[in-house]
Formats: sequence, structure tokens, C-alpha cells
Amino acid sequence: MGSVLTVCYLIASVTFILGLKMLSDPATARRGNLIAAGGMTLAIIGTIFLYEDGGERLHNYGWIFTGIVIGGIGGTFAARKVQMTAMPELVSLFNGMGGACAALISIVEFGRLRQGPFLRGGWTGYPPLSGPGDTVQKLHLQIGVPVGELLIILLGVIIGSVSFAGSVVAWGKLNGRIKDITFKGQHIINLGLFVVILALAGYVLAVANRGPEVDTEHVWTSLLEAVNAPLPAIVRVLFYVVFVLSVVYGVFFVLPIGGADMPVVISLLNSFTGVAAACGGFLYDNKAMLTGGILVGAAGTLLTILMCRAMNRSLLNVLIGSFGGTTGGAAGGAGAAGAGKEQGSYKEISISDAAMVMSYAHKVMIVPGYGLAVAQAQHACHELEKLLTEKGVEVKYAIHPVAGRMPGHMNVLLAEADVSYDNLLEMEQANEQFPSTDVVVVLGANDVVNPAAKTDPSSPIYGMPILDVEAAKTCIVNKRSMKPGYAGIENELFFRPRTSMLFGDAKKVLQDLISEIKNI
Amino acid sequence: MQHILNWIGMHQEMIYIVILMIFLGIEVIGRVPAVLHTPLMSGANAIHGVVIIGAIIVMGKADPHNYVALGLGFLAVVLGTLNVVGGFVVTDRMLEMFKKRR
Repeated sequence: MGSVLTVCYLIASVTFILGLKMLSDPATARRGNLIAAGGMTLAIIGTIFLYEDGGERLHNYGWIFTGIVIGGIGGTFAARKVQMTAMPELVSLFNGMGGACAALISIVEFGRLRQGPFLRGGWTGYPPLSGPGDTVQKLHLQIGVPVGELLIILLGVIIGSVSFAGSVVAWGKLNGRIKDITFKGQHIINLGLFVVILALAGYVLAVANRGPEVDTEHVWTSLLEAVNAPLPAIVRVLFYVVFVLSVVYGVFFVLPIGGADMPVVISLLNSFTGVAAACGGFLYDNKAMLTGGILVGAAGTLLTILMCRAMNRSLLNVLIGSFGGTTGGAAGGAGAAGAGKEQGSYKEISISDAAMVMSYAHKVMIVPGYGLAVAQAQHACHELEKLLTEKGVEVKYAIHPVAGRMPGHMNVLLAEADVSYDNLLEMEQANEQFPSTDVVVVLGANDVVNPAAKTDPSSPIYGMPILDVEAAKTCIVNKRSMKPGYAGIENELFFRPRTSMLFGDAKKVLQDLISEIKNI
Repeated sequence: MQHILNWIGMHQEMIYIVILMIFLGIEVIGRVPAVLHTPLMSGANAIHGVVIIGAIIVMGKADPHNYVALGLGFLAVVLGTLNVVGGFVVTDRMLEMFKKRR
């Protein structure tokens, strides 16, 4: 029976790899997702019915099935009902649940571990027990706390809790329930907390590693005592302290990070949960958990690094949460500098003028941002595009890699409205085409078109590649008001002579534009 | 130190898998076009939901009279299932929108 389960896990591992690979190609992505889901189902069913440990099957089936039914219905319901705009926060929330699950597993396993008895054995050399004289086989009997296991449990609880708390804060921030909170010295506190967690975990391991004290006069009695002795009290207490501190760190880790960094954070927490899941793989010697977890951990980290690179920010910088800290300070500084620099005035454009400018252009480039997602204006946007195309205007979309709240957020949003792939330009292509563009329409984007990223070394986004909308002949910016964007940075673009502002909710403005253009 | 070395010796297979998977994960993701970043992240999110297996094992091994372990294990199963099922369904929904257009 055990070998059937091994085959189940083998198949599951292959489907995870295959699924991820297929997810990276538009033509096969959906099938890839289904294949991975199939492998997962196989692994879950196999575990429930075939798992054995020391010849003993699992029990508590009632609890297991009830849990799966509740989670399954809840998950399906949430995923089916969620609005397109709320998908990023839902993914963040699901990620947090995975993290919590990993942390809970570690906590329960620690509870089992601390009861002892502390006698573990194992063979080294491979393959184990393959026959006499085949390989050198050594039997290790270990008395005392199994340190390797404790290390994995600690890692699982730390990473899982950070991922859980961080994801919940990210979820709260994305849907506006939690505001950005920054205070002086925040990154020092974060770093300190991180060091304290590591130090405590190290101390716990060191205490556990000390091994039994053997009384040379009564060797057997003292060994027996060591086997049955409970875990030192300090280890038990510190374990829960580490757990609580990790949750606190997760909260502090995400709290100060705002705006442009949010996609990076979600991606990073996603890879954290992957590593936490892999810890479970070590704990149970389970290859499916290990494969899936490490695969996601590695892929998620790469995705995070790619995004950091797109924003010209180092991963360490994001990790200690200092971006938010400097944003607070630098935004204040930029504000003061802006006031001194005299930014001049902006000019407004009316709906009818904007409609006129667009319908007589040769080429229009639309720059979507989070404002488009909030206003649910993707369909209106596609309609405008179709209308202009009918009038012989060439319409393209310029997609900044970190526009919106998740990597590729704008792509998904526009795909929902049936916008063709061929009309979506990535940043490099778009920047090549801006000089030949007559009208750029910025819909709810801000930081990704902020020229301060190129010109102002004191700006927190300095160095981030941006969409060079200034190269176009005219630029129409739709915003709800003159308030600075999500990252809290002033945008000089709005005060440039070629820029005109079109205030209002993106959906309403687009609908008005459409009816106005129809009348021309 | 000896403990750690023994542990590495006993888990060498797992350690090899970890190393290979790190490279594989990077290779597989390396060629993803920006358009698919969100669904990919969401799909990866569902795949790490494999942690549910651990939750099932914890739950299934729990002593029926140890209510703390039962409660925590049960919570872990619920949360893990939410992660897996929700993750795959939400990814499918995103990808459905991509497909519709073709």
C-alpha cells in the first residue's frame, strides 16, 4: 500500500512541475492549472486512504472530511464570487491560509515532540538495508531531542507565521482596511525583531543539542532518564515566544510597505509559504510536499527578484521594510522641495475636447493603472478602443510591469474585457513607440509614469524604469483628483505643458468620451 | 554539530531534491511572459497548498482525546483546503478570461 502512495506522490510531483511549466505559456496555461489540480487531488486522496506510519493508518476521518468539505466549499465560493479587482487580495489571503496551515502543523508537531520519548534511530548509508556487505551501513541511536526535527519545526513555524501575518496585512491594505503605518526607526525595529527571532531559535536548538547528561556510575539509568525526561522548560516556553514574535514580525514586515512595493511583497510571501510547506515535506519525509514547496519557493523568489529589478530596488531593501520608512521621510522631503520649487499649475481638458483630440489622432496609447481596476472601467476602456479603431485610429496599451497591485494585474484585467494580446505592449516596446504617438491616455496610473523616477535622485522611486509618456505629442491624464498616488509621491508629469488633466471616475469619464466620440 | 551531520546524512535524498527543485523552479519560471505573471503567481500559490497533506497527517495521527491537537489540526485542514481549492479555482477563473478572447 505504501508503494502505491509513493506512486501517487510521484505523479503529483510531476504534475506540479508540468503545471508550472504549462502555466508559463498562454496556449497551455489553463490546462496546466487543471493538471496540477488533478495531481493535488490524487495526492490528497492518496494521503487520506493510504498513508501509514509504522504500520498504523490515519484515524479521525470524520474531522478530516469535515475540514476538507468546509474548506472546499468556502474556497470555491470565495474564488467564484470575487470581483476581478479583488483577486489580488484574495490570492494574498489564500497564501496567508497556507502559511497558517504550515505554522499550525509545526505547532502540533512540537506538541508531540515535547512529550518524548527521546530515542530515535536511523540508518546512514544508501540504500538502507540493501543486504550484507553491500554498502557500509551504520545504525544511529540518538538519545535526546532530535535537533534536526526541531530545526525544521522551528523553520516551519517562523516562516509560516510570517507569511500568514504578512499576507493578512497585505490583504487588509489592498482592500483599504489597513492604512500604511510608518514611524521613525521602523526598519531598525524590524531588523531587531528579525535578529531576536533568529537568536531565540538558535538558543532553543543549542539547549536541545546539549544532549543527555550521563552519569558514569549508573549509565543505563541515566540514559533511560534522558530518554523519558520532558523537554527542558525553557525550550517549551521559547518555542511559543518565537511563534508569537514571528506573527508580530509578519505584521511589522508588511505594515510600512505601500504602493509600488505591494506586488513584490505578495510574491515574496508566496515563496515563503512554499518554503514553509517544504519544511512539512522534511518533517514527514514527504516528497510531494517537498517538491511542490521548494518549486514554489524558488519560482516565487525569482518572480520577486524580477519585480524588484523592474523597480530598481534590492530584495534586502524590501525585506527589512525600509522602503516604506524612506517613503514617509522622502515624500515629506519631496513635498517640501516641491513647494519650494514652484510646480506651476496644471491645465484641465473637457470631455468634448479630449474626444476631439483622440478621434483625430493617428495613434493613441492607453496607459492603464490601478485606478482603472478600482473603477471597473476595463469594459468601457475596450469599447473606447474599438470605437477609435473603427475610426481608423491605431490604439495600443502600454503595460508597465508593476502597474496595479500584482504583476500582470493589468493584463488580467484587460483580458477580462476581451482586449487582444496583440494590442498590449510591454514597457520597452511602448517606450519605443511613444515618440510616434499622438495622444497618450493615462487611466488611473501614477507612479509608473512619474518622471521623478528619472530626474529626481531624492525621490523614493528614483531609478525605477517608467513609461516615458512625455515623449508623446500630448498626454491626457485621467485621475479622480490631484491627490498623490498610492505611494504618496507628487507627480511632476501633471504640471508639464503637454499634459492635460481629465478629472473624474475612470468609468464615468470613459463612457462620456465614448458617447462624445460617437457624436463627432 | 554531530547531530546536524547525522541528520544531513539521513536526509541526503531530500537535500538533493531541494537543490534540484531550486534550479528547476527557476528554469521553469524564467521564460514566463509578463502577461501571465498574475495567473502564474496564483497557480504557484495553489501548488504550495500541498501543505494540506501535512495537515491531514497531523489530523489523522492526533490522539482522539487530545483536543488541542485535534482543534489545531482541524483548523490546519480547513485553512489548507481553502488554499488549495480557492487557489486553483481563482487561477482557472483568471485563465478562463484569457481563453475567451481566442
